[in-house]
Amino acid sequence: MKALRTIAIVTSMLMLSIAAISTAQTGYASPKLHKTASVSIKGQLPSMPRFRFENFTTANGLPDDHVFNVLVDGGRIWAATENGLGLFENGKWKTYNTKDGLAHRAVLSLALDKRTGDVWAGTMGGLSRISGGRIDTFTQLNSGLSNDVVYGVSVEGEHVWVATAAGASMLDLHTNQWSLFNERNTPMFEIWVYGVSATPSKVYFAVWGSGILEYDQQKKTWDKYDDPDGETEMVLFKDQGLIHEITTSVSYLEKEKILWAATYFGDSHYDGRRWHNFLTKDSGLPSNFTNVVKGVDANRAWFGTDKGLAYYDGVNWAVYRPSLTTGQPEMTIRDKNGNVTPVEVATAPAHNYVLGIDFQGSDIWVATAKGLSHGIHQP
Amino acid sequence: MSGLRVFSVRIGLASAAFAVVLAAHDRTGFNAQASATSGLTGEQLEYASPVELLYSASGTQLYVLCQESAEVRVLDARTYKEIKRIEVGRVPRGFSLSPRGDRLYVANSWDDTISVIDTHSLEVISTWPVAAEPSSVVEDREGKHLFVANRISNDVAVLDPQTGAEEKRLAAGRGASYITSSPDGGRVYITHVYPNPTPHRTAPQSEITVVDVQRAVVGDRIALPSVAHGFHIAFSADGRLGVAAGLHPRNLVPLAHLDHAGAFTDTLTLFGADVGAPVEIPLDELERYAVRPFGVAITPDKSRIFVTCGGSEEVTVIDVPRLLRYIRSHPGSHSDDLAASANYVISRIPVGHDPRGVLLTRDGTKLLVVNRLDDSISVIDTRTSRLTSTFPLEGPKRISVLRKGEQTFYTARYSFQGQIGCANCHIDSTFDGLQWDLEPDGFGRDIVDNRPIEAVKDTEPFKWNGGNPNLPTECGPRTEKYFWRAENYDDLTLTDLAVYVRSLPPRPNRFRLPGGELTVSQERGKTLFNRSVDKFRNPIPETNRCGYCHSGSKGTNQKSFDVGTKKTTDNSGLLDTPQLTNIAITGPYLHDGSANTLEQIWTVFNPEDKHGRTNDLTKDELNDLIQYLRTR
Repeated sequence: MKALRTIAIVTSMLMLSIAAISTAQTGYASPKLHKTASVSIKGQLPSMPRFRFENFTTANGLPDDHVFNVLVDGGRIWAATENGLGLFENGKWKTYNTKDGLAHRAVLSLALDKRTGDVWAGTMGGLSRISGGRIDTFTQLNSGLSNDVVYGVSVEGEHVWVATAAGASMLDLHTNQWSLFNERNTPMFEIWVYGVSATPSKVYFAVWGSGILEYDQQKKTWDKYDDPDGETEMVLFKDQGLIHEITTSVSYLEKEKILWAATYFGDSHYDGRRWHNFLTKDSGLPSNFTNVVKGVDANRAWFGTDKGLAYYDGVNWAVYRPSLTTGQPEMTIRDKNGNVTPVEVATAPAHNYVLGIDFQGSDIWVATAKGLSHGIHQP
Repeated sequence: MSGLRVFSVRIGLASAAFAVVLAAHDRTGFNAQASATSGLTGEQLEYASPVELLYSASGTQLYVLCQESAEVRVLDARTYKEIKRIEVGRVPRGFSLSPRGDRLYVANSWDDTISVIDTHSLEVISTWPVAAEPSSVVEDREGKHLFVANRISNDVAVLDPQTGAEEKRLAAGRGASYITSSPDGGRVYITHVYPNPTPHRTAPQSEITVVDVQRAVVGDRIALPSVAHGFHIAFSADGRLGVAAGLHPRNLVPLAHLDHAGAFTDTLTLFGADVGAPVEIPLDELERYAVRPFGVAITPDKSRIFVTCGGSEEVTVIDVPRLLRYIRSHPGSHSDDLAASANYVISRIPVGHDPRGVLLTRDGTKLLVVNRLDDSISVIDTRTSRLTSTFPLEGPKRISVLRKGEQTFYTARYSFQGQIGCANCHIDSTFDGLQWDLEPDGFGRDIVDNRPIEAVKDTEPFKWNGGNPNLPTECGPRTEKYFWRAENYDDLTLTDLAVYVRSLPPRPNRFRLPGGELTVSQERGKTLFNRSVDKFRNPIPETNRCGYCHSGSKGTNQKSFDVGTKKTTDNSGLLDTPQLTNIAITGPYLHDGSANTLEQIWTVFNPEDKHGRTNDLTKDELNDLIQYLRTR
């Protein structure tokens, strides 16, 4: 990490010229739209997953249309909404709220303890565990949790890792003891922790304004990944480090040792040696403003942006959304040459503002600002 | 094993007013001379204290789990002659046979281990470490999982039954203690001796945690509204009827209602296909109580339910067809209706002191009951509901002062209509997690949290207002007047009781490292506990330092202070400093139990820094302080 920063400084002059001609990261770069009708070139299109989206809103039982996160638990779907935790099971929605013991009605994050079947819900008012229908709540007042605003939660073994507005916390389920991580005992310059991804070897935190924090579970040591140019409005050193300090989501794949990171100014892929960053201007990412990233493997990942759901297969991109201009369902595929081809589709996710993603076999579930979407894979 | 190991017991009662020469008598004429002022040299006899019993797979042997002598006694199932004693860990609380019958698993609650006994060699072949205070253990039918209920860590550990390796822990309720497998083996059911946390001054609630055996996850939780303490469960052979023994306290109203139908209802919760939604039914009658139901058995033909009642020292017998007819014709729970039991309770059979576990013979014709505080086993003819014999286990024949005191602690015979005993609120000589309204302070005044009594010696005065200078006062006049309301203790009995209570040791502290050293966080917390200057370098007045009031090995300087927690219902804000022994597990906290967790003492109830200077601390530092307190 530190070496990367040194290289970044040495090459800064070279990169300045590139920066001078780069577009603002927040701008949506127009794709090179393929003018040929999609049907006529279908056979040449990269094979990208296609879905029929079924959308859930309050009209058909969802607790609220603002859906911050979604969690697949076998045949059960949990929806973190602004007004309660929804559980979709056997074709029906059930809502858990504060009267049931939920910490707060606004649920921001979800995690499944695969060993026990317990679901952990991070809310605007603490952390709740849903276990066999009982809800236990941990807050900054009744427990060692550092802060009640819980943006992210991840369960690994007997440890529950929590991303909060005032640092990270870890609950040891065996001892019921909390450990807090903040500016006093980690290289966390800011303490607004947005996301966490825990695995047996490493735990990664997306810290808003402070890059990515890495905790090595074996060595008990911390490392930090920053944007090497430190610029908030432009990219000076594109593939030499994390794309931006304002990180929002992190997804670590332990088997592949691959880190995917999302920021409000583009996304990053890190294999332990090299960084590769994605911006709208040079990739199929529909927007640099990315709320969530979910890695599939070393090459593939899903991105939830403010301009739609995106999939990257290592070469090509697909975007799924209601059209930004007409609102009609839209799917586009961008090939390795940058050619963007619309694909005729009849359905799209409920909204372009995507906040959460999870997978159910080959299906996908998407949390959006206007409902929850079930993408049913189409052969 | 000698069975008669003698120790010297020094007894120094604090009260000069109690300066009488006391003698503890036993049934055999043994006298232990006691002088309240000069001390007493007595003896501590090694009793067996049987709590559970099982038949071997062949039915030829009877295994008896003996808590005090920390052993499994193997008896001939026909003659009851002792064959062997197998030493296990400290305070064994539950045991079970493997599905093939080749192993006997014993949960050693104070050693945090499982002893694995080979039933052929009758030797311990393995001892596996588990979590905090394992209280029962069950292997599933397919031999895939071993489930262990942990009373203090409030969970169910899932172990590999071949290696003992822990695979995971499932969140249970508070005080997870007794596990029962469903007849089809598909689920295990766990009951809890302490209530789950609920909002202050609301009805207690416990649960039956139901584990899906195949997936080894919590599949369901059966809510037990108003039940604070759950004990054994039994199932009918067809699996359609489950029965859980429980205690239903009435702690939201003044205890004066002891005269008006009970401070507790002793109940069974019925569940399963025979009853639909769970139903709570009373065992008590209007003027006769079935105090502290514990062990449950249902005859193979589902005609009778037998329930041991520790406080009333009897076995309650229920006619199942009449019970089912009654609950079907009277839908809903009936814990408030003490006339209900006349419809299904058909007999009450006196047995020994503190009867616990029960065991039916395979043909269901005989019921065996272990009498914990008599070291005996009662045999009941299930067809006639009559006691046919009682046979003693080998051991001391004399009743020591301590044993007599313990019998007094567990019996309900002194209270009005035999409704309650000390152990109703001090479950297994600990605490109950509840708050009570003792009316001498006025109805609705001075709501008090029930303080734990382990290691209570040298922590006087007692009561939250410090009003009782010593145990004889606490256990004697106060108890007689405000709890029992029917009968006083004679001087000897009161001395026995006080000696027993003073003898209670602390259970092991699970938050200390094995060597006793502190973790880095605990060390930081200890420094905060003892600090004399706050973070702004302002001196902290001596009386506002944690270590001043909570001084000494037990964490109390035995004085009263106003820590700013007085409520409008309290007559005084001056409160006795409670001891800190095992404070981590004895919540809720503060004099009225208004703090559900240690954190809340300072995050919610210390706005003016009167309960120690803490508002200068960061969250990390408060966590450190609490980590240290948990080691006390």
